[in-house]
Amino acid sequence: MEKLKQFFKNPLGVTGFILILFWLIVALFAPVIAPSHSNNSPYMIERIGFSSLPVPPSEEAPFGLTSGGYNIFYGIVWGSRTAFRVGLIVVSSTLVIGVLLGGVGSFIGGALDNIIMRITDLVMSFPFLIAVIIMSIVLGKGIDKLIIALILFGWRNYARVMRSEVLSIKERDFVSAAYSLGMNRIRIFLVHIVPNSIFSVFVLASLDIGTMVLISASLSFIGVGAEPGYADWGQMINFSRNWLLGTIDNPMIYWYTYFYPSIAIFSFVMGWTLMGDTLRDVLDPKMVKR
Amino acid sequence: MIKYLIKRLLMLPVILLFLSMLIFSLVMFLSPYERLAVFIPNADAVGSSIPFDELVSKYGLDKPFYVQYWDWIQRVAHGNLGWSPSARMPVADALKRYFPATVELMMMGGLIVFAGGIYLGTKSATNHNKFFDQAARVATTIGVSLPEFIFGLLLLVFFYGILGVLPPGQMSAWAEDVVYLGTFRHYTGFLLMDSLLNGELYIFWDVLKHLILPALAYSIGLLSVMQRIVRSSLLETLKKDFVTTARAKGLAESVVIKKHARRNSLLPVITISGSMVAKMLGGAAIVETVFNYHGMGMFIVVAAQGLDFPAILGSSLLIGVIIVVTNLVVDILYTILDPTVTLE
Repeated sequence: MEKLKQFFKNPLGVTGFILILFWLIVALFAPVIAPSHSNNSPYMIERIGFSSLPVPPSEEAPFGLTSGGYNIFYGIVWGSRTAFRVGLIVVSSTLVIGVLLGGVGSFIGGALDNIIMRITDLVMSFPFLIAVIIMSIVLGKGIDKLIIALILFGWRNYARVMRSEVLSIKERDFVSAAYSLGMNRIRIFLVHIVPNSIFSVFVLASLDIGTMVLISASLSFIGVGAEPGYADWGQMINFSRNWLLGTIDNPMIYWYTYFYPSIAIFSFVMGWTLMGDTLRDVLDPKMVKR
Repeated sequence: MIKYLIKRLLMLPVILLFLSMLIFSLVMFLSPYERLAVFIPNADAVGSSIPFDELVSKYGLDKPFYVQYWDWIQRVAHGNLGWSPSARMPVADALKRYFPATVELMMMGGLIVFAGGIYLGTKSATNHNKFFDQAARVATTIGVSLPEFIFGLLLLVFFYGILGVLPPGQMSAWAEDVVYLGTFRHYTGFLLMDSLLNGELYIFWDVLKHLILPALAYSIGLLSVMQRIVRSSLLETLKKDFVTTARAKGLAESVVIKKHARRNSLLPVITISGSMVAKMLGGAAIVETVFNYHGMGMFIVVAAQGLDFPAILGSSLLIGVIIVVTNLVVDILYTILDPTVTLE
């Protein structure tokens, strides 16, 4: 409770919390805010006409239409669901995988630990983004496949952090005490080791949700992520690429095609970054004085 | 130390072997037909007249994993990385052509990240909790949250769209005419170096101008990370006794900071530089696409979109080599700079 109070005393943390709360409400009430008028899946961006030029904001489409008649407002509202889905699914799965691999490995030690750490090193020795690009090519287009690709390579940091935490926790007196009481190893691992070493993993996770959304947006942007027309912020920026420079006499004429999606990604990622930073300051007593 | 070095160098090929297996097995998830299709342009137009099954067995695409892997690794050992359909040239030639451009971009970005990060980090730490520090804190939070491609697009809109300076691409059309002329000698493959060696200062300036925006775009996130690291490390060091001693000796504050404190707080910078190189290689894929800059990153993206797996395998291997070597260099640098670290 004390920590929670500390969290909400920090203006940066509160800003982050409000940003995330805002997007959460948008995501939950998407069908009310931007009702779908077609029989297609609501996650496909609504199209109003098929004009090849972007159309400025109007009553019908408050943020305008990008080329192909895609409704920007609709895409952003439903894209928030995509963002939460990518962030939460990827981070929760990678967290579990990483905690188990890193935690069990270092708890048991010996050859198992060595093998797991060598695999982690191997995965770490390759740029995450490029690994995910290759993997999502192999799996094919679609946001679900992108999520799988992100999970496959995303667990490595958790494994590393968890391992170093467990290495120090397992030498503590209360663990020896549990052993001498005759507790079995699985119980010691789950009851004593994991709860005491998981905080730094949580901090990493809250920062990672933003990062994962950022990476999936980047991939959609270069055209290897979501399928065309799917409500995804990265893809909406991809749509706007041809309209960036406007016309010769008015370079800002199509500003709405990239302005709104950029703000959406930026505020979402920043919300998580602020929350993660504040969480770290609150949970790690060493960091407070900085 | 030398024993350790030899051990590490011997481990290098082993790591690369495993890495190549990992990448190769990823590509093997594709069916033989998908991997064949890359080499058949206009497959739809030619239609059923293509003897797909025959071709698959002719090139051994349906053989077991280890056979195909062995064939591939043998060819790689002979310097043959295969043919890249998306670049319409052998993969090795494509890498020779595109890789230097990415290195130039990374060096430019690295300069911004390290010089900028250390300078701004020092400034933040010496003005702890004053205005500059608070402003830098806000700026780095924004920097970390701003995706490279969005920042790149904004830079492009502002500098090229509105101000009309710093265009995208690798060089202007007139410079391209000169560079691909027979009289322009490609000594190193690095355009900046080559233009200087050829005495073409205008081209040097033109290439440099095209480098600034992409380098800025992908260093912004890393610069923010670096600034934070330098700041917190320096703050820690400033509390140490030897800094107090230096001050007590009556040394000027700038000498205390620059000669005594900062030097001793740069170890975390070395530690992180290995992962920075990896992040930059990944970021290059995005930023090069935004700026239409023909480097290895864009090569990979185009190859990936076209399922051009020889190109993906070849460039992944190159990236693997770079990262493994970088990590080795970082570890060695570490022992040189910090006498308390010993390598076994």
